[in-house]
Amino acid sequence: MRRIGVFVCWCGTNIAGTVDIEAVVEAAKKMPGVVYTGEYKYMCSEIGQSMIRDTIKKEQLDRLVIASCSPRMHEATFRRTAAAAGLNPYLVEIANIREHCSWVHKEKEKATTKAIALIRAAVAKAAYNRELVAGEIPVEQRALVIGAGIAGIQAALDIADAGFEVDLVERTPSIGGRMAQLDKTFPTLDCSACILTPKMVDVASHPHINLYTYSEVEKVEGYVGNFDVTIRKKARSIDMSRCTGCGVCLEKCPIKVDSEFNEGLIKRKAIYIPFPQAVPNVPVIDRTSCRWFKKGKCAVCKKVCPADAVDYEQADELLEKKYGGIVLTTGFDTLKLDEFGEFGYGKHPDIITSLEFERLINASGPTGGKLVRLSNQEIPQNIVFIHCVGSRDKARGKPYCSKICCMYTAKHAILLKEKYPHSQTYIFYIDVRTGGKEFEEFHRRAVEEYGAVYFRGIVGKVFPEGDKLLVQGVDSLSSRTIEIEADMVVLAAAMQARDDAAEVARMLGIGVDTHHFFVEAHPKLRPVETHSAGIYLAGACQGPKDIPETVAQAGAAAAKAIVLLSKKTLIADPCVSEVNEEICTGCLACIQVCPYKAITEKTLDQKVHGRVVQRLLAQVNEALCQGCGSCTAACRPGAINLKSFSNDQILAEVDAVCL
Amino acid sequence: MRFSYYPGCTLKTTATELERSALKAAKALGIELVEQKEWQCCGAVFPLVRDEIAAFLSSIRSLAAARDAGEKLVTICAACHHVIKRTNHLIKTDTEVREKVNGYLQLETSYLGEGSVIHYLEMLRDELGFDELAQKIKQPLTGRKIAAYYGCLLLRPAAIMAFDNAENPRIIEDFLFALGATAVYYPYRTECCGVYLSLNNTQIATDMVEKIVSSAFSYGAEALVDACPLCHYNLLELQKKTPQGKPLLPVYYFTELLEEALGLKEQTAVRKDRK
Repeated sequence: MRRIGVFVCWCGTNIAGTVDIEAVVEAAKKMPGVVYTGEYKYMCSEIGQSMIRDTIKKEQLDRLVIASCSPRMHEATFRRTAAAAGLNPYLVEIANIREHCSWVHKEKEKATTKAIALIRAAVAKAAYNRELVAGEIPVEQRALVIGAGIAGIQAALDIADAGFEVDLVERTPSIGGRMAQLDKTFPTLDCSACILTPKMVDVASHPHINLYTYSEVEKVEGYVGNFDVTIRKKARSIDMSRCTGCGVCLEKCPIKVDSEFNEGLIKRKAIYIPFPQAVPNVPVIDRTSCRWFKKGKCAVCKKVCPADAVDYEQADELLEKKYGGIVLTTGFDTLKLDEFGEFGYGKHPDIITSLEFERLINASGPTGGKLVRLSNQEIPQNIVFIHCVGSRDKARGKPYCSKICCMYTAKHAILLKEKYPHSQTYIFYIDVRTGGKEFEEFHRRAVEEYGAVYFRGIVGKVFPEGDKLLVQGVDSLSSRTIEIEADMVVLAAAMQARDDAAEVARMLGIGVDTHHFFVEAHPKLRPVETHSAGIYLAGACQGPKDIPETVAQAGAAAAKAIVLLSKKTLIADPCVSEVNEEICTGCLACIQVCPYKAITEKTLDQKVHGRVVQRLLAQVNEALCQGCGSCTAACRPGAINLKSFSNDQILAEVDAVCL
Repeated sequence: MRFSYYPGCTLKTTATELERSALKAAKALGIELVEQKEWQCCGAVFPLVRDEIAAFLSSIRSLAAARDAGEKLVTICAACHHVIKRTNHLIKTDTEVREKVNGYLQLETSYLGEGSVIHYLEMLRDELGFDELAQKIKQPLTGRKIAAYYGCLLLRPAAIMAFDNAENPRIIEDFLFALGATAVYYPYRTECCGVYLSLNNTQIATDMVEKIVSSAFSYGAEALVDACPLCHYNLLELQKKTPQGKPLLPVYYFTELLEEALGLKEQTAVRKDRK
């Protein structure tokens, strides 16, 4: 007979508020195999844990059922408690009576009945729990960082500085990301490029960092410590070892298309370097617009290249690499403004987004830093900024605050006044949110020293009137309607997740929220980890954030990755599948369903009636098995069992709940 | 093509020209608009209160009658269309109103919002099709520069009216294009005309109308078209109260131009100096 101990946790009022603990304890006493039942206000506290340890010894318990919160929360805690008292940790079973019961029910009577049923199931299962011994898995001491904006750059540098190899993969031809597009940064007005480019150069020259630009991660398999990743190095059509970056090809190329880096404000060539400080400083041929690739004619770049570096025959290259951990830093996009017809974006050249404004005022931008109206090349006098275009807008945009717009608009107001003292800015806002070190002071400076006029209210319409833009809005504090004859209107479009964020999440096996931002493991306590061990997050791919926050998060993600890589081996979860060779028929249906390629076939020589026959069997590679249980469902004779979740255990639970 | 038709009071009194031209054009297009036998005033304004159902009954009766006839309900007046469309949406989405209204009306078959009401313009666009309409034009309005004025009632609230993009609509311009005319785009085409302020605060409404008309004028229009009797009244009458004292542009119902393009009527007057 088993000697099972049941411990019921109150979790303060979290459980005890809706579940009658006393009734639960009384019911548990009568369950088969239960020799001890106890309860405590906080079972996870040191007092609660020592009560468990003492009771294990005193009552000679050989199985534990802890009725408390989700196993995600404290299973590891209670396993350690059991181990400290000499009990194999896998003999502990959790009955989740908080998330699965008290938190989701209101009626005490029904919740109590359910809590008892959950404990009965856990007791029935625990009776079948076996001692398991965890094995070890090796850790590949190399990290992958996906996305080379400031987050990816910082994370890669930090991991590499700790002495580990890092592969940094970037989809576009150059690293740098959004920060490279910006002019100045708030609240210090540092030049964005000036503080970013040294880091970009560090990445390029770091002995531990391999840079894969113009490359994409195509497939991710495996698990923590051993990710198998396929990277597609897109054909650059340039031999990087030969190219000197002289730029003759860029001058001679006859094809012009919109420059992505300059937000389509000017053209680039079909063979191009995205921006002057690009790393690597090697051009790429955009095959979708290049005349040679479309029509088979031209080849001007090849003719003029003094280093003979242009290679039209170059093909995509697939690299298969192994990594211990992955840091995801894929950044953000800005909201498309099609839904916001009243602001007339796309209908008039002087109605622009904030990111376009950054390019226009940037010394390396399309106008050399001279802010002009794109309609007539004149310097604008009155400039209207509109906050929250698509942010905090449940109806047409995103319900969340994009967090950075209040600050960068204040920055734009300051930059404008410094550059053009006669200009006047008007800013429409819902609330001005300046949480952050020196942020509020910066905003006040824009108002008090730089004369930015703030209107709390909404713009209803922007339209051309003569050669001006008429902005009609309302000042909700004075209830007056306002009309401003503006020369330029700048829209602070909401930040949003990348278009393909959900696909990327699926590929990596991590979660996204309703807006397709990647989800962290715990919003407060595990902000840079994901629910998939070994995959970490940093930057705006996890939610809107500014540069300082992004850099801090990148450092944190790097630290987590370093902790992982600094171990030679990891403790493997022993809850893996095992084959009962006696009854395996060798149908191998399990191989078909295994997502981790953990099952292989083997032959076994067996003596039957004096003759040796060969039997075909399935065999599980315990290092690869992730314990998903697919094979146990597919197995026709029931020969495969998942340790700790065997068919017997599951059925015992079902019986306990239903019978 | 046959529809149940809800005229509304204004079309029988002050806006007879709108009904007359609309029905004549429909007939020429082979569209049968059957006037409902027992229509009642729609109430003119969609009520925002929910505890009094009397104001919804007229709309529901007409919608249910059209449903029973197996036909879509067609409206011409923008205000009636606004009231009936929003009432139909309300009864579909608000359980309490649905139960109260049906409890009171005791129809043979309860009305749950399954019918549909379309405006004459939607009928041309979605049922007949503007391409088909263009085929039937006998006297194309080639070279005529017409400015569409939308008003608010057909477009907003955008999600419920589902008439067109509320900020950048195009249905009337597409209609004008089918007639062979040139549509003039001007920023005030969706601004409010002042509505009932024309009665009790005439100056405000006059200022609003002046902005609309002078904007259309400055973008080169020779005439305005609209689809709403109240907008029509304001645009016509308040133009006379502007400082220059006489109308800047003639104003027509969209159906009058349709009638002309179908060869049913002499050319409407335009400002010749605009050509």
